[in-house]
Formats: sequence, C-alpha cells, structure tokens
Amino acid sequence: MPGFKKKGSQTVVFEKAPVITSWASIVGPKEGEGPWGQEFDSVLGDYLYGEDTWEKAEKKMLREAVKLSLDKRNLQVDDAEIILAGDLLNQTVSSNYAARELARPFLGLYGACSTMAEALLVGAMLVDGNFFNRLVSATCSHHYAASRQYRFPTEQGTQPTPSTQWTATAAGAVVLEWAGVGPRITAGTIGKVIDMGQSDAADMGSAMAPAAADTLKTHLNDLERLPDYYDLIITGDLARVGMAIAEQLFIRDGLSPKPNYSDCGVLLYDEKQDVDAGGCGCGCSAAMLCGPLLKKMQKGEINKMLLVATGALMSPTMAFQGESIPGIAHAIAIEN
Amino acid sequence: MNVDAKQMKKIEMQEYQNLVDQIKPKPDILKNSVWAFMVGGLICGFAQVLVNYLLSLGMSRTDAGSAVSCIMIFLAAFFTGIGVYDELGKRAGAGSIVPITGFANAIVASAMEFKREGYIFGVGARIFSVAGPTLVFGFAVAVVVGLIKVFLSS
Amino acid sequence: MTPLYMAFLGGGLLCLIGQLIMDLTKANITPGHILVGYISIGAVLSGLGLYQPLVDAVGAGATIPLSGFGHLLVQGTLKAVESKGLLGAFSGGVEAAAAGITCAIVFGYVAAVLFNPRD
Repeated sequence: MPGFKKKGSQTVVFEKAPVITSWASIVGPKEGEGPWGQEFDSVLGDYLYGEDTWEKAEKKMLREAVKLSLDKRNLQVDDAEIILAGDLLNQTVSSNYAARELARPFLGLYGACSTMAEALLVGAMLVDGNFFNRLVSATCSHHYAASRQYRFPTEQGTQPTPSTQWTATAAGAVVLEWAGVGPRITAGTIGKVIDMGQSDAADMGSAMAPAAADTLKTHLNDLERLPDYYDLIITGDLARVGMAIAEQLFIRDGLSPKPNYSDCGVLLYDEKQDVDAGGCGCGCSAAMLCGPLLKKMQKGEINKMLLVATGALMSPTMAFQGESIPGIAHAIAIEN
Repeated sequence: MNVDAKQMKKIEMQEYQNLVDQIKPKPDILKNSVWAFMVGGLICGFAQVLVNYLLSLGMSRTDAGSAVSCIMIFLAAFFTGIGVYDELGKRAGAGSIVPITGFANAIVASAMEFKREGYIFGVGARIFSVAGPTLVFGFAVAVVVGLIKVFLSS
Repeated sequence: MTPLYMAFLGGGLLCLIGQLIMDLTKANITPGHILVGYISIGAVLSGLGLYQPLVDAVGAGATIPLSGFGHLLVQGTLKAVESKGLLGAFSGGVEAAAAGITCAIVFGYVAAVLFNPRD
C-alpha cells in the first residue's frame, strides 16, 4: 500500500510542504479605509475599476491580483502552470472570465466564502503530489455584484439587521511553489457540509459557525494538536455574531482557542464603518490572508497559523424552496 | 438516517437554535419603531398637504388622490435615482417601505440595477420583480371582492 | 379636509405596524413581502367596508400606505360592478388605479434610464 498522506479522518499532511512564495491583494475603497488599508497591495478608488459593470470590475480585480502576485516574484502569467480560482457569482463568472484573459490552464472552484482555503488546499495537494511545480490560487468578491445577486438591488431601501454582513470588495492571489522562500502550507483539513437548520438570509454567521467548529475540532483531533499549537487560529468570515457563536461551540467541544483566535470578518472593517456584524465574501479571508496575515508571517510576528475559511452555501432558489443554509469550512495550516 | 439519528439531529438543531437566539443581537425595536413612525408619518403628512392644496383648487377628491399618488411616485423615483431613498430606508425601515413611495422605490431600484443587462430584458423585465407580485395580489383580491359583490347582488 | 396631524398619526401608525412585523417575526420578511401583505390586507379590509372609515379619519395617512392602493383597487371594482355588472369586476380596479400604476412604471423606467446605481 502506498504511503497515503491522509491523517485521521479528514486531514492531509504535506510531506514537502508547498511554499507560498508570493501573494497579492486588491481591495475596494471601503476596505482601503478600514484598519488594514495600508497592508493591501492596491486600493481601488471606485467600485467599477474602469469597467462598465460590477461583474466585470470583479473579474478585473481577480485577473490583476493573479498578475500582481506573479509580478511581485518577477514572473510572467505564463509561468503559472495552472490557476485555481472561484468566486461568489453564478457560474463563477469572475473566475471564468479572468481565466479566459489569463489564458492558463484553469480549474474553477466553488466553496462560497471558503474558496480561498479550498483553492489553497487543492493547490497544495497538486504541488505536493508532484503534479505541478508552480500554480496560483486566487479568489475575489465584489460587494455590489454579490448584493444584487443574493440580496436586493443596491438602491432599494432595505433595513439591515445587527447580524447582516457586508460582502467585501476584494481579491487575493497566492503563488504556490514546490520550492522557494516563504511560509509553507503544512497541512489541510477538508470540511464537511454542515447544516443546522439556519435560514435567516441576513445572518450567515450563524449558518457557518457549526461548520467552522466541526472543521477546527476535526483538524486538531486528526493531528493530535492543541489549539495553542498555533499562534493564530483565524476563521474566514463569521463576523461578530458568528464568531461569538463559534466561541461557544469551541468551548462545548472542549477547546479554548482564546486568546489566539480571531475572525477575518471581524478584523477587516472598523466597527464605525457601518458594516453591522462585519465582513463576508470570498475576498474577506483572501484579502486578510494576502494582506496583513502573510506579511506578519513573513516578518515572523506569526509563525504558525491556521486559517479556517468558512462558506455559507446559500442559494436564493433553494431559499425560496424552503431550504436552510448549509455551511462549510476548510482549514489550512501555514507555518514558517 | 434511522429514526433515532433523525431525532438526535433534531434535538441538536434545536439546541443550536437556542444558542443562536441567545447570542444573536436583536434589532433595536424602539429605535426602529420611532424611525418608522416618524418617517411614515412625515411622508403621509406631506401627501396630505398636497391633497389639501389640490382640494382647495377645486379638484375632486378622487382626482386629487390620483394626482398626489403620481407626485409621490415621481418624488420617490427621483430620490431613488440620486441614491437618497435607500439611505433613508436603512434607518426608516417600514417607514419608507409601506407608503406608496416604497413601492416606487422597489420598482426603480430593480429596474435601475439591471440596466446593464439591457433595456428590454434588463430594465423592462426586472421593473416588475417587486411590483409584479404586489399588483398580482392587489388585482386578485379586488377581482374576488368584485365577484362576491356580483354574486350577492344577483 | 383632513388635518395634517391626523394624516401624520395614521400614516405613522400603519408604518409602525409594518416595522413591528419585520422586527418581531423570525422569518425573512423582505420589503416585497411587506408590500404584498399591505396591498392584500388593505384590499380585504376595503371589501369588508372597514377601510373607508380609516380613510375618512386620517386621509392621506390611509391612502398613501400601500394598503390604500388595495383599497383604491377594491373601491374601483365595487363601483364598476354597480354600473357594469360582471365586466366591472375585471375592469374597475385597474381603471381606478390607472394613474398610479402607469406613473410607477413610466417614472420607474425613466429613472432607470437616466440614473445609474452607485459606482
């Protein structure tokens, strides 16, 4: 029997640990005004980015983030052997159309807001499995493009609730290589789709928190680790409501990740920015990872990080059919 | 799943719901209510000023009503277009949804949003995404009431 | 003529009810649900003869909320049934509400053509 790299029930451990050699982030104006505005590679002045629709702007953000991540390492687009990307829009159009212009082999992924971790997980397996030497994992989201698909037209006078989250306008791209200098992806846990019957379209945090708790527990069990193995355990976009619930679930599972636990959705914006519970969207965890978090790892401020990106697999069609909102979470361990 | 597992899952979901209910912040009902009352009241009060003015010009009650509806719809369409109505809606909630201006806002917002998909199947079709269901139910009830009246009077 | 404060109070209260429906129920109540609910309930109350007294008391406070639009449709229908019989049941409502519906669609279309959503 070959030496499988799976450990425990859902976790994979990478032998050679693919290296994150470069990364790039592009964010919208609101994200630029947030507490981490200085940490992103590029902050857009408006939501159209020189295009005529929000969807096209989102596509351009993804394309430019991929290019920028390669450019920062003095590489060309053609040096990426394959691109893994996904987004929130129907048929993952932003990724498909960005890939059309990048003209590289492409695998489209969908994991709602967990897509960054999904793309890194699959990417790390492809590199560690000796299939590819260098690839790019990327994702993006656009507030207004997502808003009109999932919620209401932007000019409609609707009242947010305290649990409403703000979809981030952001894109992040990571270059993964077989060898090089940078933080390494050492392990990953593929999450299960978990649905605890939540159906409030204005509260994604509660729909996703059980998936985050399940994936974190499984990850730690599979690797026989304690939460304090990591300097930082960070969930994707649970935001304030989901994070508070997740903390309760962690305690129920016998884990106490505090004080080294946080959430990208809580961190991305300032509370004064009128975002209610916090941020969400593929771009939320992608921008935090490809902005401040990997920078902190590079500087050695964080040495072992576990990103548990969460996704609410919501569909307006299924919601109309009376279905609840399933959640998913994937974890990737990044270590220096 | 067997019956026991289903039962377990149900209990687990109920327990989770309890946790969510405990943690999830409630909307500020008092603040929202005051906003809804004030904004709704002001919109209707303003309409009343217009009605009274038109009546003083000698217009019939029915015509004055129709004319004021048109003016209110026009104003709502305009303020939606310049991006003010949705800002009001964030605070006022039902105060800016329930009046006919809210109906106009829903129409314009959906139409405007899909302009980039073209003027026929973008604007033309989406204009009815909220107005459609509203008119369907209004018409349906009106016809039923009318039929009952026909039946009773025959 | 209805005094201003009555219209304010009436309209305010009708909106307050809508707000409480949104805040106190768990289900996902969207503006669309509120609009459909108001027009339907207004029409039913009007059919039962309960809406007209409200209009008499608070004027625009009852005609401007969307329940007033339902009332207008039903009153138009009832009046047309008296003069035209069965045909009136199908034509009266839209006739009475024609100005409002046409304005909403035409102004809506024009606004959509002239303005862009935020960018």
